[in-house]
Amino acid sequence: MSQNKRMDVLLCCGSGCISAGAKKLKEKIIELSKKHNIENEINIIETGCMGPCNLGPVMTIYPEGVFYQKVKVEDIQEIVEEHFIKGRPVKRLMSQGDNKVISEKKEVPFFQNQVKVALENCGYLNPEKIEEYIALDGYEALVTSILEKTPEEVIQEIKDSGLRGRGGGGFPTGVKWGFVQANKNKPKYVVCNADEGDPGAFMDRSLLEGDPHRVLEGMLIAAYAVGASKGFFYIRAEYPLAVVRIKNAIEQARESGLLGENIFGTDFSFDAEVRMGAGAFVCGEETALINSIMGMRGQPNPKPPYPANSGAWQKPTLVNNVETLANLPTIMRKGAKWFSSMGTETSKGTKVFALTGDIKNTGLVEVPMGISLNDLIFNIGGGMAEGKKFKGVQLGGPSGGCLTAEDLQTQIDYESLKAKGAMMGSGGVIVMDDTKCMVNVAKFFLEFTVDESCGKCVPCRVGLKQMYNILDNITKGKGKKGDIERLITLGESIQKLSLCGLGQSAPNPVLSTIKNFREEYEAHINDKMCPTCVCTDLYHIEIDKDKCIGCSLCSRKCPVTCITGSRTEKYTIAQVDCIKCGNCIEVCPVSAIDKIPGMSSEVLNIANNIEED
Amino acid sequence: MYENILNKYQPDKDNLIYILHDIQDNDSQNYVSEEAINAVSDYLDISQSHIYGVLTFYSMFSVKPRGKNIIRLCDSPPCFLKGSSKLYKKISKMLNVKNGQTTKDGKFTLELVACLGVCGNAPVAMINNDIYADLTEEKIEKIIKKIDKGDDNVS
Repeated sequence: MSQNKRMDVLLCCGSGCISAGAKKLKEKIIELSKKHNIENEINIIETGCMGPCNLGPVMTIYPEGVFYQKVKVEDIQEIVEEHFIKGRPVKRLMSQGDNKVISEKKEVPFFQNQVKVALENCGYLNPEKIEEYIALDGYEALVTSILEKTPEEVIQEIKDSGLRGRGGGGFPTGVKWGFVQANKNKPKYVVCNADEGDPGAFMDRSLLEGDPHRVLEGMLIAAYAVGASKGFFYIRAEYPLAVVRIKNAIEQARESGLLGENIFGTDFSFDAEVRMGAGAFVCGEETALINSIMGMRGQPNPKPPYPANSGAWQKPTLVNNVETLANLPTIMRKGAKWFSSMGTETSKGTKVFALTGDIKNTGLVEVPMGISLNDLIFNIGGGMAEGKKFKGVQLGGPSGGCLTAEDLQTQIDYESLKAKGAMMGSGGVIVMDDTKCMVNVAKFFLEFTVDESCGKCVPCRVGLKQMYNILDNITKGKGKKGDIERLITLGESIQKLSLCGLGQSAPNPVLSTIKNFREEYEAHINDKMCPTCVCTDLYHIEIDKDKCIGCSLCSRKCPVTCITGSRTEKYTIAQVDCIKCGNCIEVCPVSAIDKIPGMSSEVLNIANNIEED
Repeated sequence: MYENILNKYQPDKDNLIYILHDIQDNDSQNYVSEEAINAVSDYLDISQSHIYGVLTFYSMFSVKPRGKNIIRLCDSPPCFLKGSSKLYKKISKMLNVKNGQTTKDGKFTLELVACLGVCGNAPVAMINNDIYADLTEEKIEKIIKKIDKGDDNVS
């Protein structure tokens, strides 16, 4: 955002783009602009995540607003010589639309249908400079909140905005604040929950890395409203860059007088610090998180008492998610009315979603509440990758549910998703194509929660493991009649009896896949068949003799020498010995070898005999 | 020998996790030893069993010596859907270690971990503090070989 340079190069340095080589691009740009003697004209800014992770590394060049994607080190020479020096943007690195090349970022379809509130500045500023945040109206909301409004007025504004917790629960933010404010016990604490552990969600990481001052400003507004004097950012240790960025932001805010005693000459004093996790999913649960902040094992406590009344060190504690806090500055600046004009009756504003899995455009998007799943996945997400068919979508990570093609018209808001058996969660959207086995996927989600269960309460610790064992048996061809019913009974009991949100929601992926894909479970149990040929024990490999040319390549590559034959007789697999390594499929030059759903008759006979014995 | 680290922190038991991170990060074998536990126990005036309880609760801490480089391979659902199990087999075969084990030369420890939050570029691994994304079997092999040779600039 320097004023005296001719061009600004905004280089995305989110984790995805860095791993794709963004830092090397920067070195090359510096090297070549020095060579051409234009280094004083080019301003390179490392920004946070711009969103389209599958297109990385990406960059935007101003003043034109040209958007380049999938840039390689080899491309930099052309960018510098053609674009920077001669003013001719490089068309082949731009987004390729149906009939035309799209040069400007705002016209790329991925960005077009988004409405950015929390992610407003992500990808537009240098997250390590407070000046850039301030230049984009940063901390303005804090100043007006503290100097012109009473805490009650701030709380009322947030209540009127209809903002609900973005971490998963969806509890009205203003109401939560009211509870903490009403408690007269002191000191009070504000905790930013940045223990983003949901597989498939990475918006909190991107916010902390890409616009840390916004999250800090949100925390300050919350602290002023509830009367807190101390704040903690609880960040998982897997996010080292986020820790660095937020520590830097706190330091700069302190130097600028935005943190400390008597902020803006008022009675309001506040300071913040970072606390780190050490790898425990359950710490995303607020009582567990508070225990971890205090240096203990991150195990949850029964509620009540809620943290609003008795949290960290038994004092009133407000726990808000990163994205919730990131919404606050804009709401205070533009007003509750503006925010609540977006969204549905019960879910206001926008929500950030992380698109992952078998979808064309993976990455972070922010859309108004109430858009349909179909719009999210097929318009903004660009549809399925590799032209495959949509099968299901897991919303809300391992706590959420799996929806099908029939549910695609569902509008995205807290209530509609819940009614369908899924949940908003933190906004992870894992899209799956028709090559995925839903029983296997459910088993995998359950394996995650079994691993991450803290072990404090029996339903979660023992119950989930039992569910896992049943599923494991089903995927190995040992499923029995009644297994589905057993899974449902167990799952529903665990939901009702578990101590915290982890256990209460862990059965959801299994229960929702049973509801929506029951026939797949039945095929696994009754027909000993995995329809998608994913579960190793429930498919077999056959050679199509009509296609086989008898080249013997498969036979030579088989590690257990179970393929025999000759040029005239063609080749056959001895099913009982086959370990299904898949080597033969890969090496066959005429694609004569394929996976066939179901056990082979030889193996099935043996399995039945063992069962009878 | 742990005084330099301990003196950076107030002797307040709230700081336990921070101190343990610091000790582990500065240990050449990436773990928290019994001597370290005793030193922390004296400094913060809390029992060894409490510290041991905390250490074993969090997956990133280790009470056993580990390799110089820790390969954290994500095996959460988004990475799994994109083929992380193939990567596990590849690394496992290449280094001759299973989940949680360290190579004989003490250079690498392989750990399967929960989501690393770079799901848009799955499958993902974190080696020490660096993220490697959009991995393939060939890519991870190259990266590990480079780190093995002592070349840090591999991204």
